[in-house]
Amino acid sequence: MSAFYALLFTVAFLVLIIGLTKKIIQYSRVPAPLKIPLTPAPLTKGGVAIRLAKEAILFAALFRSNKWTWLFGWLFHMSLFVLLLNHLRFFIKDVPLPLVLLQNVGEYAAFTMFIGLAGLLIRRIFVARVKYISSPSDYLWLILLMVIGLTGIVMRFISHTDIIAVKEFSLGLLIFDWQALPTDFPLMLHLFLVAILMILLPFSKLLHIPGLFFAPTRNQVDNPREERHIAPWAAELDAEKNKVQPK
Amino acid sequence: MEDFETPKFREYPAVPLIKQDEMAAGGPFVSRAEFDTDLGYPGELPEDWKEKTLDKMGDLLGRYRSLQVFMDSCIKCGACTDKCHYFIGTNDPKNMPVARQDLMRKVYRRYFTFAGKYFPKLVGAVDLTEDVLDEWYNYYHQCSECRRCSVFCPMGIDTAEVTMAAREILAHVGKAQKYSNQIIQKVYKIGNNLGLPGKALKGILEDLEEEMEDECGVPVKFNMDEVGCEALLMTPSADFFAEPHIDGLIGYGKVLHELGITWTVSSKASEAANFGLFIGSYDNIQKISMRIREAAIELKVKRIIFGECGHAWRVAYSFLNTLAGPFDFLDQNYPIPQHILEVTYGALQDGKLRMNKEENDHLTMTFHDSCNVARASRMGDKSGGQFDIPRAVIQAACNNYVDMDSDTIKDATFCCGGGGGLLTDDLMELRVRGALPRMEALKQVTEESGVTNIAAICAICKSQFTKTLPYYGFEMDAIMSVHQLVSEALVMTGSEQEKDLDGTEEDDKTESED
Repeated sequence: MSAFYALLFTVAFLVLIIGLTKKIIQYSRVPAPLKIPLTPAPLTKGGVAIRLAKEAILFAALFRSNKWTWLFGWLFHMSLFVLLLNHLRFFIKDVPLPLVLLQNVGEYAAFTMFIGLAGLLIRRIFVARVKYISSPSDYLWLILLMVIGLTGIVMRFISHTDIIAVKEFSLGLLIFDWQALPTDFPLMLHLFLVAILMILLPFSKLLHIPGLFFAPTRNQVDNPREERHIAPWAAELDAEKNKVQPK
Repeated sequence: MEDFETPKFREYPAVPLIKQDEMAAGGPFVSRAEFDTDLGYPGELPEDWKEKTLDKMGDLLGRYRSLQVFMDSCIKCGACTDKCHYFIGTNDPKNMPVARQDLMRKVYRRYFTFAGKYFPKLVGAVDLTEDVLDEWYNYYHQCSECRRCSVFCPMGIDTAEVTMAAREILAHVGKAQKYSNQIIQKVYKIGNNLGLPGKALKGILEDLEEEMEDECGVPVKFNMDEVGCEALLMTPSADFFAEPHIDGLIGYGKVLHELGITWTVSSKASEAANFGLFIGSYDNIQKISMRIREAAIELKVKRIIFGECGHAWRVAYSFLNTLAGPFDFLDQNYPIPQHILEVTYGALQDGKLRMNKEENDHLTMTFHDSCNVARASRMGDKSGGQFDIPRAVIQAACNNYVDMDSDTIKDATFCCGGGGGLLTDDLMELRVRGALPRMEALKQVTEESGVTNIAAICAICKSQFTKTLPYYGFEMDAIMSVHQLVSEALVMTGSEQEKDLDGTEEDDKTESED
């Protein structure tokens, strides 16, 4: 069983990294012809960085759009972020002080994450407009994340798992030194679903993670009168010979 | 008169309910082959339409980062679902922006993603059939490419980009829209959207000159093809004869005259509009833009000034330099291109225009931000100038001004309902129903603040409102051009209006010498 999980996580990690890298390379290679920032847009690159940061950290557009979706969505994402930081301890031998301190607040993040996800799921089921646009996979993602959260809560607060052994397993993974993994059910399920999530991420709507930063509507500077913006494939159309020149 | 009902005003705030297939029928007239072939499209459904559709889709996915990223990054959060004026007005769920995008995304997933190839049901992927194409044709012509949804999208997904791609793909398999393609063909053959020949245009402009002379006693020129003027005026051809558009044109003429800027229109490029944008065709946007470069060179002007037109200003501001530049032969001291409102606003700031606001005291104005100006362009050198400058100009011309509800103006403005190539009589039901949210916001300020008129800076908005205002119980001439207000209030030097205000000519002379 330990070997299966070790292999699973090695594969999951590779799929995640390679899949995501391929997508990011694709997004960077496809040209963005013409300037299409949503205006009012920043006039400088620094302004664009702030605009993207506001979207990535505060979900500014979603806040304007719908307060409930924002509340649940933001709660879920921020809790997940805290939980991911918390889980870094499994991959660092001597846990640095900030992470140790975070642990005190961080362990409750699983609850807020669960609340956020539950809110999103309820909205998806009961708001007719959102139900209309939902595919089975949209529900399954929420359920998958909720089960990951729940199994985490169970291990932390109800049926403790041997986290020292888990840490030895995860540290071993990093150097291909496969260690024994405790075999209690919540842990097995928790890890299995996390691996599934890692494997599916590059093939799913979870591509919104890189996608957010690649949207030309938000990442372009508003300067089209000052600078020309020719895509490589449009260069032929732009060639000097096609243009009338002043005599 | 028509076989549809004008929507009732809703009680604020109302979440629209879903009515399946409310707008399932039809779509606009399909283009005739003769219009298509001129634009480089086949004009009929080819036998291998399926391969052609997927090929073109793959081609566009490789050309436009927007399309590629937007196909992947939608999380179906629902933020956009109640933001589209066509959904609000029709309740058809396929008019929710995400559902509109999904019409293409389902096909994208089926043929271009791993998940859709092997687990289509799970991720909602569908096979490409002729029915799917028909559905695309119908619903991608119920989007005015106004970008309101993308303002609210956490991923910045712009349905306009998807709609443009869909229309471009459809055109490549013989399903182009008649209205847009016929108009583009007229631009190529005659020079403007309306098919107004140079001679007729010249006649109109001469009449305007006479009218100005009679009315103001000042020789305001409306030149055509005059070589050596300072500026080329690019304005939508509706400005040459439609109401209230032409009153705006008179306003530009007066302002430019007062500032001593000589200007001309070009008979060859007598159209600022660029419907290439609506059909999503880079080639056609570029070709139409190139006329402006050619006209500017031929007429040896130093500046290019654009009149009041929404999508034309988007193409001019955002794309012209890229598509038809570099404009190193123009005077670099002015923005290239420049909006007429930037000219007027700058002159007002410098105190170069004398305004008699009392002329507009019988009006209480509000302002409709046109979608393409608001969300896809800028005016002036500050972010958001496209909101402040028109308002400042209106308030310099009129004492009474009130904004509509903040959820319906500036970057959250609602489309007039006729943009994006939908300003055609065969889509009248859609246009009337899509105007609902704007009409509601207007209704509110008429009741609460006594607003009498609404100003706009877009030829399409003006035409659309002229048609749709009466459906909602307003007067059709409640819609005005911003430069119409300027025209009313502007006191030109040496004009009859100046004499009326200042007394006799002699008095006036001594005053101006002080």
